[in-house]
Amino acid sequence: MSYLAQRLLIFPLILLGVSVLVFVSIRLIPGDAITAMLGTEAGMLTPAQRASLATYFGIDQPVWSQYLRWLTGLFQGDFGVSTIYARPVFSVILERFPLTLELALLAMLIALCVGVPLGVLAATRNGRASDLGVRLLAMLGQSTPSFVLGILIIFVLSVYFGVVPSMGSFTPLLQDPLANLGQLIFPAITLGFAFAASVTRISRSAMLDVLSEDYVRTARSKGVSAMSVVWHHALPNALIPVVTLSGVEFGYLLGGAVIVEQIFALPGLGRLVLDAISQRDYALVQGTVIFIAFNFLVVNLLVDLAYAALDPRIRLGGR
Amino acid sequence: MSILRALIRHPSGRIGVVIIGLYLLVALAALLGLTPHSPLKMFAIDRLKPPSLTYWMGTDLLGRDTLSRLMTGIGQSMYIAFAAVAFATLAGTVIGLLAAWWGTLWDGILMRLMDVLLAFPAILLALLIIAIVGPGTWTSITAIGIVYTPIFARVVRGPALSLKQRDFVDAARTFGSSQSYVLTRHLLLNLVAPLAVQVTLALAWALLTEAGLSFLGLGTQPPTPSLGLMLSESKNLMQQAPWLMLFPALTIMLGILGFNLTGDALRDILDPRTQGRTA
Repeated sequence: MSYLAQRLLIFPLILLGVSVLVFVSIRLIPGDAITAMLGTEAGMLTPAQRASLATYFGIDQPVWSQYLRWLTGLFQGDFGVSTIYARPVFSVILERFPLTLELALLAMLIALCVGVPLGVLAATRNGRASDLGVRLLAMLGQSTPSFVLGILIIFVLSVYFGVVPSMGSFTPLLQDPLANLGQLIFPAITLGFAFAASVTRISRSAMLDVLSEDYVRTARSKGVSAMSVVWHHALPNALIPVVTLSGVEFGYLLGGAVIVEQIFALPGLGRLVLDAISQRDYALVQGTVIFIAFNFLVVNLLVDLAYAALDPRIRLGGR
Repeated sequence: MSILRALIRHPSGRIGVVIIGLYLLVALAALLGLTPHSPLKMFAIDRLKPPSLTYWMGTDLLGRDTLSRLMTGIGQSMYIAFAAVAFATLAGTVIGLLAAWWGTLWDGILMRLMDVLLAFPAILLALLIIAIVGPGTWTSITAIGIVYTPIFARVVRGPALSLKQRDFVDAARTFGSSQSYVLTRHLLLNLVAPLAVQVTLALAWALLTEAGLSFLGLGTQPPTPSLGLMLSESKNLMQQAPWLMLFPALTIMLGILGFNLTGDALRDILDPRTQGRTA
């Protein structure tokens, strides 16, 4: 079976596994949902009220039938009802998702724009001072957690520039692009910093590999200029691992947004997960986690497809 | 020992080993109570004091000594990171080895299960586990351990599959070595090199995740000092007391850097093909 067919077949299987795992995990949380929802007021419920609430949220059914109901609902965009927002989970998610998506995309853009040129620069100056400098910077970048960098950025901005990054508010991109960028630029730098470091390292090592290939030597000996060899002959092939890394990393950026959104008080999907967990909103935790995992899986699948398109050895040979 | 010597000869490995050694020493000192003050004692008249001879790294809002808390926090971080990575190494290695050894159906089932775990962004899976069990030291260990298990399973399975095909394994089986002997003596022993690299890098990541979870208030619970918690507490005081932020921030970064440097150096040493290729 070809590599791609295999990937496509496994995809729904993994998704099913993810849904079971999420569903079962949430059921394992001690305490019942109604008490979690109402807090101390739950004590004031009559047994009949309690039973009707249980029917309303569908938690009086056996677990497997709850699961099937939830799963079939997922396909119709019905993720259940959030208890903290008293609204359908899906509409809450869709409201928060644009921010997180934009944040992750912006972080990725920053990382690629910084990482690829730096990696290429380091590879072409292999062993020299600028190479060493870039490598040192990349190592530091990989060792800087987003919450450390985020706090340092806020510190420098507020103490030395007297600017407090606008926190807590979010203007949609289409409404006011400049205000939107102003709100997201520092969170995006925070989120993308470590990723920029990985991109730098990967592009450097991929570039080094490619530069030692025969076809690059041929191009050089034909008299192609050094710049052209690097940018036209070598870079496209050196980018293949960068594409793979970007796909995998995109999912982590979505996850990493949890911390960055918390630092900059941005109302995105990540903070939604945290709120849902701390307030025990089962349906919301379930919905957001599966939503993020689904996106993560789809991106990974797309990356595999892109990878195969870029590298005929995989498309034709299988693994 | 020869690996340690090679590490010390490696330019960046040397720095990494020194940092890790230093952190382990500090953690040991904190464990033995050799901190300048008690990490929990509140010196009520010395609140938010800047660094001085009495309090080398200043004091926090409650008048607790930052250096003592930092030392204890390093101990706590190292404890969680090492325990979590030990968990993941053990579980992942067993799963990866068995998947490769049994092959076909079991391989499929075990590795698909690992794929399911890998389908979550790491921090999200950890959060899910914390949501179930509730935050705490042991939850952090389990959560970080489970998140890293599939990565070890993959690292082990690939090489184990190709080792299984090798002649010396066939030979051992032909003259009647037991399964467990072949698995441990012939497969596991040959996997030490890729595992060592992965363990070191996993430690860096575990340190980062532990601090991140504590930063969110979902890891180590107060009053136990932890680096992530110290950092998040410093957030609202950064103008008045920047030392509360800078010291934990640098401590976290340096620790992760130490493990990353060592892991990369190990990869250079154990896998000659990548010599000079990793930045």
